Amino acid sequence: MLSFIFRRLGVMALAMACLSLVVFFLINLEPNLKKLAIGQLTQRASGAEIESWLQDNGYRQNFFVRYGQWLGVLQKQPNIDRETGEATSRFSYCNEPAVPRYSGILQGDFGCSTKFRQPVTAQLLPALAATGKLMFWVMAVMVPVSLVIGVLAGMREGSRIDRGLSVASITTTATPEYISGVIFAVVFASWLGWLNASAASATNSGITFYNFALPVMTMAVYGTGYIARMTRASMVEVMTQQYIRTARLKGLGFNAVVLKHALRNALIAPFTVIMLQFPWLLTGVVIVEVMFRYQGFGYTLVEAAANNDIDLLLACSLVSVFVVLSTQLISDIGYALLNPRIRVQ
Amino acid sequence: MEFDTLGFFGILFGTLARFWPVWIALATILVLSLRYRKYLGLYGHLFDSNVGIAGLMICLFWLFTAVFADVITPFGALEQVPVLRNSMPGTIDPESGLPFLFGGDRLGRDVFSRMVFGSQIVLVIAPAATLFALMVGTTLGLPAGYYGGRIDNILSFLANLVLAFPVILLFYLLVTPGIRETAIPQWMAGVFFIFPMIFFSTLFYTRFSRRPGLLAVLLAATFVLGGWIYAGLVFNADPLGLVSIRPNELNIFVAVVFASSPGVFRIVRGLVMDIKTRDYVSAAQTRGENPWYIMLWEVLPNARGPLIVDVCLRIGYTTILLGTLGYFGLGLAPESPDWGTGIKESSRLLRAYVHPALPPVFALMSFVLGLNLLADALREQSLKD
Repeated sequence: MLSFIFRRLGVMALAMACLSLVVFFLINLEPNLKKLAIGQLTQRASGAEIESWLQDNGYRQNFFVRYGQWLGVLQKQPNIDRETGEATSRFSYCNEPAVPRYSGILQGDFGCSTKFRQPVTAQLLPALAATGKLMFWVMAVMVPVSLVIGVLAGMREGSRIDRGLSVASITTTATPEYISGVIFAVVFASWLGWLNASAASATNSGITFYNFALPVMTMAVYGTGYIARMTRASMVEVMTQQYIRTARLKGLGFNAVVLKHALRNALIAPFTVIMLQFPWLLTGVVIVEVMFRYQGFGYTLVEAAANNDIDLLLACSLVSVFVVLSTQLISDIGYALLNPRIRVQ
Repeated sequence: MEFDTLGFFGILFGTLARFWPVWIALATILVLSLRYRKYLGLYGHLFDSNVGIAGLMICLFWLFTAVFADVITPFGALEQVPVLRNSMPGTIDPESGLPFLFGGDRLGRDVFSRMVFGSQIVLVIAPAATLFALMVGTTLGLPAGYYGGRIDNILSFLANLVLAFPVILLFYLLVTPGIRETAIPQWMAGVFFIFPMIFFSTLFYTRFSRRPGLLAVLLAATFVLGGWIYAGLVFNADPLGLVSIRPNELNIFVAVVFASSPGVFRIVRGLVMDIKTRDYVSAAQTRGENPWYIMLWEVLPNARGPLIVDVCLRIGYTTILLGTLGYFGLGLAPESPDWGTGIKESSRLLRAYVHPALPPVFALMSFVLGLNLLADALREQSLKD
């Protein structure tokens, strides 16, 4: 088991290295660098100005040198002033020292955000905390609801409850966040006026039911149907097992059979599915945060991508890839732990 | 200024009447299919369940809407009637006397017509991209599952790499105006679009290598047809001028294929690993058949059930991805009538006007729902066999 985890962690590190290289390549394409330069200068900056800005700020160094600097295996160089020849800090607003030094992600320095004009960690950590709150409430709503729906539907396969709930869960899987968000906002904010269609106030003045219910509902709906269907399939399979028949034949009531014998075995498969929902939830986070103006990780990612904020975008990609890969690992380990029939070697 | 308006029933019947070619086509298909359902195999079995009929009808509804879009729509997708800006549903255009059935948007364009034209974009890109992803995923998944070992390790690692990217980040990196200035979309298109040709030529070669006459005809057809479409899509240099694609559409197309082929790869690989343990595969191996013959003509036909279901679901998922692209304004032109862009435009003004948001929302939702229902019915039917 331990060697399995170590091997998986090794593959994970390799994957993150490959992906960061790909992202680094894509955001350092010539048009993207120009976009960054124009954003830092003015809209009307001439070609020569852009070129000299890129030159001065070290964006014209060799690609692999810059990747090494970002990683922390090569030294980051300060800018050299053209006239005086003095070394100046590359990003003065991040308090970067004006001396060459090893300072990449291996040393724990994620760089400096050119859009928000502060170190990446100072921007990203509060955003991640905000998104963490959103995710917590989404999970707190989505998981119990979908498990109950799935168990109710799978308890008696083919019954009226099963058909009704199955159609309902198929419908929610056809409702991505930008659809359910609009529908909920129309119904609950514009029409009934019960809830606030903007979560902007949640960032500053705290989370209330009034400003947070809509984003949470919107995100929970898309995943609910999928988890419910998986739970139903697993429940249906368990209900046909021999031991359920034995329990029924020894005279146990239907409810007792479901609660004591079926439920525990039926919930193993959904655990994996819930863990693998995280990549989907990441996309959902971006849509919901943009739609309801909530300043979390998704909002940061969109801003970073729109302004080609190199260090911030790289950090965002690392975070999201890390979330995806580690949830995959947790789901595999958890599945092996929960299911006594599976043993990893 | 006051305009004549239609009431609720006026809008309802007006809308139903506008779709007349679709109703005729649907009725024809329904009658013919019900009469000959016994001879139609899996397709005929769909009519055994209500879910199957509902799913099929919704999908066909949007298919025919896309086909007959020019007949159905009273106005053009970009046609603006300035006086009808943000007009309520049912307002009648004073010049032409035709109603804005679902109202006007903020530029005075007919929401109904835009929804109908939007179906054309979605119903071309989503199925086509899914088919290309299917080709790529199948061609790579077959050897990975069949041979296992190192080739499987490498391909699976690459597939997991792509799957580890959150889709939205992938799109923000791959679908930008900046990327279009480089040759990356062309390179990716060049790689992806060659897979159908590899697939079909291997398919024909392994089966008909002992009948050179037929093989030559089939291979020639594959290369001429494939090369023609390849030239049109990748180099935008179709000699006949029939196949062409705008740079932004190519960019979207390539990104969507890139995002969804690893999923197909994983499914095909899993199916092949399961099927290769069957007796008929051992029999073919004992006969000394070419491995590619076994993969393409013994294994693949027996994996078709789950693959068809997956394709249905995947077209729906691709539609959702296209909507996401539209919602973030990536790739598609800002005035494009597709549903995602429509939702983006109108959801910003939701506080003031609700009506322009709802038609694209329900269009996208119903189309994906139809595909999901269809997949569900197909899955039940293939489990019965």
